[in-house]
Amino acid sequence: MSVNVQGLSVAYRSHRGDVTAADNVSFSVADGEIMGLAGESGSGKSTIGNALVYLDQRMKATGGAVTVDGRELPIADNRAMQQLRMTTVSLVPQYAMSALTPTRKIGQLITDLLKSHHIDNRQRVIAEMKRRLELIGLREDVLSKYSFELSGGMRQRVTIIMSTLLNPSLLVADEVTSALDVSTQRAVGEMLLEFRDRGYVKSVIAITHDLSILAQVADSIAIMYAGRLAERAETGTLVESPLHPYTQALLASLPAVGMRHDQATLAGIPGRPPSLVNPPAGCRFRDRCPFAFAACSETPPLAEVRPGHLVACWKVSQEHAGEPGTGQQRPLASVPVKEQA
Amino acid sequence: MSESVSDAPQVPRPGAIPAVAPEVAAVGLPGGPGPVSAVPGRRRSDFAYYGLRNKKLVFGLSLELLLVLFAIIGPMIAKYPPREITGFPVQHPGTRFWLGTDMLGEDLFSQLANGLRESYLVGVLGAGSAALVGMTLGFIAGWRGGILDEALQLLTNIIVMIPSLVLLVVIGSYMSAKSVLFEGVFIGLTTWPWVARAVRAQTFSLRGREFVDLAKLSGKRPLSIIVSEIAPNMASYLFLVVILLFGSSMLLAASYDFLGLGPTNVVSLGWTMNQAQANAALIYHWWWWFIPPGAVLTAMVAALLVANVGLDEVFNPKLREQ
Amino acid sequence: MQRYLFRKLITYMLAFFVGVTIDWGIPHLMPGDPIQNLLSRFSLTSSSYAALYHDFAQSFGLNVPLWQQYLDFWKGVLTGNMGISVWAAPAKVTTLVFNSMPYTLALLIPATVLSYVIGNRLGAAAARRKYLDNSVLPLGYIFQAIPYPWLALVVPYLLGSVWHVFPISFGYDQGLTPAWNWTFIASLLDHWFLPFLTVFIVSLGGWAIGMRNLVIYELENDSSRYLRALGASERVVRRYAYRNASLPQLSGLALQLGVLIGGNIVTEIAFNYPGLGHLIFQAITNNDYFLLQGIFIFIVIGVLVANFIIDLVFVSVDPRTRLSMQGASA
Repeated sequence: MSVNVQGLSVAYRSHRGDVTAADNVSFSVADGEIMGLAGESGSGKSTIGNALVYLDQRMKATGGAVTVDGRELPIADNRAMQQLRMTTVSLVPQYAMSALTPTRKIGQLITDLLKSHHIDNRQRVIAEMKRRLELIGLREDVLSKYSFELSGGMRQRVTIIMSTLLNPSLLVADEVTSALDVSTQRAVGEMLLEFRDRGYVKSVIAITHDLSILAQVADSIAIMYAGRLAERAETGTLVESPLHPYTQALLASLPAVGMRHDQATLAGIPGRPPSLVNPPAGCRFRDRCPFAFAACSETPPLAEVRPGHLVACWKVSQEHAGEPGTGQQRPLASVPVKEQA
Repeated sequence: MSESVSDAPQVPRPGAIPAVAPEVAAVGLPGGPGPVSAVPGRRRSDFAYYGLRNKKLVFGLSLELLLVLFAIIGPMIAKYPPREITGFPVQHPGTRFWLGTDMLGEDLFSQLANGLRESYLVGVLGAGSAALVGMTLGFIAGWRGGILDEALQLLTNIIVMIPSLVLLVVIGSYMSAKSVLFEGVFIGLTTWPWVARAVRAQTFSLRGREFVDLAKLSGKRPLSIIVSEIAPNMASYLFLVVILLFGSSMLLAASYDFLGLGPTNVVSLGWTMNQAQANAALIYHWWWWFIPPGAVLTAMVAALLVANVGLDEVFNPKLREQ
Repeated sequence: MQRYLFRKLITYMLAFFVGVTIDWGIPHLMPGDPIQNLLSRFSLTSSSYAALYHDFAQSFGLNVPLWQQYLDFWKGVLTGNMGISVWAAPAKVTTLVFNSMPYTLALLIPATVLSYVIGNRLGAAAARRKYLDNSVLPLGYIFQAIPYPWLALVVPYLLGSVWHVFPISFGYDQGLTPAWNWTFIASLLDHWFLPFLTVFIVSLGGWAIGMRNLVIYELENDSSRYLRALGASERVVRRYAYRNASLPQLSGLALQLGVLIGGNIVTEIAFNYPGLGHLIFQAITNNDYFLLQGIFIFIVIGVLVANFIIDLVFVSVDPRTRLSMQGASA
């Protein structure tokens, strides 16, 4: 098991008290697996992803545990995490466009990072970086450039290379395609796949609100709603037969290519997600769910209703009560690990 | 893009940019307007909540109000007019003369109280005229862009480079008429570029925002858009700029008066200090002559600066210390 | 980069042009008779009034058309002939200025540089340590709010009058004749220290606060967050923040020059220190407008030169400015 998250809850401090942005989230990601973490803004996906790497001062972990490669990840201990960052867990941030400091050349930046990690043989690592740059079609003179000399797409890709330079076990990629045009999106998506295939990263958590990218890149997808995990399944299963009402509505509201507006109107999901400052009791999707009934006033647990398919919904659990896999959280079917490059 | 040394970085960052107004330089330009709140009511209560809890704002505002009160009441409770020769020269501060008297026997408490009034007056005039000119030109330049904008930038760059005090001295020493009005307006005319620059940058960045496009689409005329869409978003920011300008004007006026160029028919803090120095108060250890005026002026400006920072923190959540 | 410097040069030339024009324009374009205005401050008998009027008319060149007066003024500026001082006649204006300039520079440059450097260090340190911040910040605001004249009175009062550590007036001991011997130099330094301290203290607060704010901002921005997310040591993060913060601070230095000069002038006057400020004071009190005009030009030139130097430094340390003209490579 590469990454195992158990009951993780993360809250933001505010003057009105702590706001729990992510509540009791559990999932596992196997070695070599790319898991998509999807949801709307405010669903908690970014919070979870970032918490695994860097909990800044505004956030605090209020419960749960994380293990990577069998060892506990001390996410609340900033000092202990420092050496693990970039080496064991790494992040491609949502703000990748402005993540590279403008007054230092890329190469110098990397050197300073390597020094911080007490890497002695820096030349070897830099040579590796040049190889990887070439791999994705960037020239190695990128290292002698400043960040503002690069286009948006280049910056995104350079950030990905930088974050994966030391072959971390877990890479959290936060909205890596959101700011890009479609063809660059594809390039970045393929880059993630390539890096995983070559073993530059073991597991990837790709956070996005764009399900279409995940359909191309992710092995499995986890859907979050209002701070909780709603559904988790292999990509094909989720896209073709989603079980959670929210996921179903989400997929139904995606426009289909070739569909004309006089054939069908774009359906959304009426209503809005609940405020997390004072969340309602029970299932948080209840108010917008067409299938809500009495039991929904209690929080549904994340249950494995089919092998490898977890859903947090009373209706679904009831319907699939007889099927194998009863409410335990199990890892998904193992994804074959490709040869190391 | 921050392209040159004598342009401040184009879009002000929270509390970060130095030199908004000359004399109170590096306290820095306040941060840009915060995000437009979707819930106006929430914003107001947020402001009240944070405002009252912000120590800097409370402290600065209270101190400033106290001083303003003193400026209003002080001259009324002073026993003697400031320039009346009482026949008791060089008195230590005591029960009769609360701050003592100068070499001619004039009551220094009265001079202080009246001087405070003059300082506030000059501050208002200076900040007011600078704000008027600066905001007008800044709005125009930021809104229209193009040649007008380039011309304004050039103009502000040039004026900024000429030292305000020296310019004031050259003009003032030539003029025979000296009045507070002149002083205030001329100070404003040497400091308006700071306002114009800041306003221009803000207008520029706001003009590309969505709500402005919406207003344009609905057919509003430019002036009406400026007034109803842009200005309110900049209001907090403009307010901060004007506060800094106010303090800056007071300091500049004090230096100007100290050089003997200020109006001589009224008493000002700078003038008092000038008199003290000219009459060798330093040598004779008449400390009560020159220490109170400057100390009070320092308090006036410091309170403004602190309140300004506090206000900036209230308007910009990013600056609040966790 | 060349385009950037070229544009700056154009701006400076225009500024110089405007400065000279203002300098000339004030007596010539203001309402009323310029000479009458100037002479109104003298108490003169009618015959001396007439004679002085005649002299001034000649010196101002009022007998020729306006545009020619303007050109003549320019000629004077460009040839370094700013006329004869009224107060210290027959001394030339330029001579007086050059005699005073070293004193002013000796005060201005060290005070500016030191307050800038030390202020920046203090500000950056305050951004990191809470306890330092709690003392630096209020002190900084207070220092910034101090009017130059006041400190220029308090400092010599305390250190000169009350505790006789330093002299409170003049550039050197009045009993000495200027010469390059150790006694004289020691006296120079002795008299230099208090004015220096005054200008230094007032400027210090501003730099410290500005740097503190900039560093705090930098420490919280995206590039710092990314560095931390990649496990960079806090020392590296701080170093990067400091470097990024120094750039706008340098911009600020250029903008502050006007204020620093003003403060310098006031301080010199308070200390009777024989620099340009003192010269200005003499010019004002003696209604010597020619001297004032000349000093103004020199100050404007000085500011422009200083601005240019700072521009050069800025270009060398800010990669964005250096490379901005080449465009981003795709």
